Amino acid sequence: MPDIASASRPARGMASGALATLGRVLVLPVDVTMRLFDPPMRWMQRIIGARRMAYVFLLPNFIFFGLFVFLPIGIDIVFALTGGTALFPSQRPYVGGDQFAYLFDCGSYLDPATCREDRFWRGVANTARFIAFQVTAMVLFSLVTALVLNMKIRGRGFFRAVYFFPVLLSPVVVALIWKWILQRDGLLNAAITTLGGQKILFFVDPGWAMFWAVFVSVWAHMGFYTLILLAGLQAIPADLYEAAEMDATPRWRVLTRITLPLLWPNMIVVIVLALIKGAQTFDEVFVLTGGGPGTATLMIVQYIYETAFSGQVQNFGLAAAASVVLGAVLFVLTLLQFAAARRKEV
Amino acid sequence: MRAATPVFTSLVLSLLAATAFGGPVAAETTTLRMTWYSDGNEGEVMADLLKRFHEQNKDIDIVLDQVPFKAINETLPVQLASGQGPDMARIVDMGGLSRYALDMRPFLKDPTYWETNFGPFLEWMRPPGDARAIPGFMTQLTVTGPFVNKTLFEQAGVAMPGETSTWEDWAKAVKEVADKVQAPFPLALDRSGHRFYALAVSQGTQGFGANGEPEIVDEGFKRAAQLVYDWHKSGIMSKELWGSVSGTAYRGANDEFTNAQVVMYLSGSWQTGQFAKTIGTAFDWVAVANPCGPGGCSSMPGGAGLVAFKTSQHPTEVARVMEYLASEPVLAEFYSRSLFVPGHLGLAKKGIDYPTASPEAAAALKVFTLSAAKISPIAYRTQGYGNSRIIFNAVISRLGQAVSGETSLEDAYKRITADVTQQIAERNKK
Repeated sequence: MPDIASASRPARGMASGALATLGRVLVLPVDVTMRLFDPPMRWMQRIIGARRMAYVFLLPNFIFFGLFVFLPIGIDIVFALTGGTALFPSQRPYVGGDQFAYLFDCGSYLDPATCREDRFWRGVANTARFIAFQVTAMVLFSLVTALVLNMKIRGRGFFRAVYFFPVLLSPVVVALIWKWILQRDGLLNAAITTLGGQKILFFVDPGWAMFWAVFVSVWAHMGFYTLILLAGLQAIPADLYEAAEMDATPRWRVLTRITLPLLWPNMIVVIVLALIKGAQTFDEVFVLTGGGPGTATLMIVQYIYETAFSGQVQNFGLAAAASVVLGAVLFVLTLLQFAAARRKEV
Repeated sequence: MRAATPVFTSLVLSLLAATAFGGPVAAETTTLRMTWYSDGNEGEVMADLLKRFHEQNKDIDIVLDQVPFKAINETLPVQLASGQGPDMARIVDMGGLSRYALDMRPFLKDPTYWETNFGPFLEWMRPPGDARAIPGFMTQLTVTGPFVNKTLFEQAGVAMPGETSTWEDWAKAVKEVADKVQAPFPLALDRSGHRFYALAVSQGTQGFGANGEPEIVDEGFKRAAQLVYDWHKSGIMSKELWGSVSGTAYRGANDEFTNAQVVMYLSGSWQTGQFAKTIGTAFDWVAVANPCGPGGCSSMPGGAGLVAFKTSQHPTEVARVMEYLASEPVLAEFYSRSLFVPGHLGLAKKGIDYPTASPEAAAALKVFTLSAAKISPIAYRTQGYGNSRIIFNAVISRLGQAVSGETSLEDAYKRITADVTQQIAERNKK
């Protein structure tokens, strides 16, 4: 029988032959190392069976997660149930739910001024306000951008990259750049005064400070969500649009009756992801506004950080209790995300 | 084997030679870590002094970790609490970190020298109830005080208020100057409870009740808070400092003063070296005597200390380094080159020459040295109180909210008292 594979294989050039040899040489140490694992793995498989081998392969990841995720969560809960300023759990007195009781001691949860720990509730209110504006703006701008980038426009590849670049930047860098633009003698005020206007002290006004916090966050992260929506748009079968075109369907109806319904599962994922990320906002806002003016842009994570580390009394217990509350909220949002993702698959 | 023998032999001989001729270099070197922050050039001065110490003491090597001031306040306490702190550090919160301080007394050659020259300041570093520990020495004594942009006064044609002028006199004058020359910051106070207390003490705050416990919100305190509140409302103080950040965040106006945007800047003597370097001859600047109020014209004392910590594995070596740095000639050189007011009683009496000081810096240091002699006992007591920073942080956090319009002053007073009570209780929980 002729060797069809070898007959159809094109003759190798010297360069490709050399590259293949180089590849084999580079892979050799990996190959040798893997072969060393072979005998003990085969022995283990004989002992515990092939089906249970999956758990052996998952074990390193479980250990990693256990050490760096679950153990810190457990320690955090221990801190939340203890008081004092000692760093080690064994030196901290047990106080039960006192820290939570202190946090939730309010005349009205809707008015932080009536709460004993008013800064916590200001952080909650600010975070809720931030999320409401930021998620709405994020989804809207990401959707519009994805729709535009899905069209056959000139330089589409370039624009797709440009919108994603801010996602690659460090949040501190993003915040510093915008701080320099927005400060008293920054670029924006220079432009305003050149056009004959008066300087605006953006970081001194609570409304402007929150506006720019939302703006910077949307600017920095929308590229990521645009990508998700773009992928969703490209998964919509083209023949639906062709059929609509043949029926002379107006563009608005194409958008509302074809595009958006089919894109909805991706939108749900984007909304929930944006909610989870928004609730954890810290670095950009902290660098941009410092939580000010007053506590106008103090987010819940900044409150936790300052309570634990910034004061002369580092109140780890109270900070841990606040972080447990935040964790519970994020857990609910994560369950929502799983449900949304499952619905998308169905 | 025959070929390997010469190689093996020469290797062994080389190792033996290295051990034999290595001398002190091969002997065990103790490495110490010193965490340091700088306001001006004192980091460079300290690095130079440590280099000279090492040249004379080859068995001790000191690694100088220069960090931002924020790291001293936020990161260092956590390092110390976890047992991973440096051997020494330059700190400002001496009372707050006193429980980690090392008592060097058993390791010092002459503890009496320390008692004599650093006596009153050792109280600031000692844990409560300890009247004997010698944890470190003052890298500088600081006094709060105003810097004034004299050139702006001249350009505005406004006379500078005199030595015993009140805060209100100065507020009126700087507003007039700022309006005429379009300076955005007529009056700037560092966003710091310590700086606020300079104003509060001059307004007559007592700080403590008859039982010795802090009674923060008294009439003097309220007068000072009302002044700050009113100044922000009238534009004498810009909200960009106190109103632009949250909580206990520190915000200085160094850059704004250097850029001639501030007419009068209440800060302190530690800025002298920095301003001498950054302003140079760009404009005329002077330090002036503290404005007066019903409680007098006192500044707030302060300073930073170089303190040794219990976490050190080498207390004997640490004590040797500290003895060198705290010795009169070395410390005199440090103060002189850093343009610091001495925190050494003997040197303060003799006086320090500042040959590298510009005329402005020399004049400023003279003003601050005179101010130091007039510091009120209430100011000393407040600064020396172990929980002083709890009070300063609560004051700045809540007054910051009032200034931004989030709360009223009355609410701020209640919150300050509640915050201080809660935090002291939390600290004392065992």
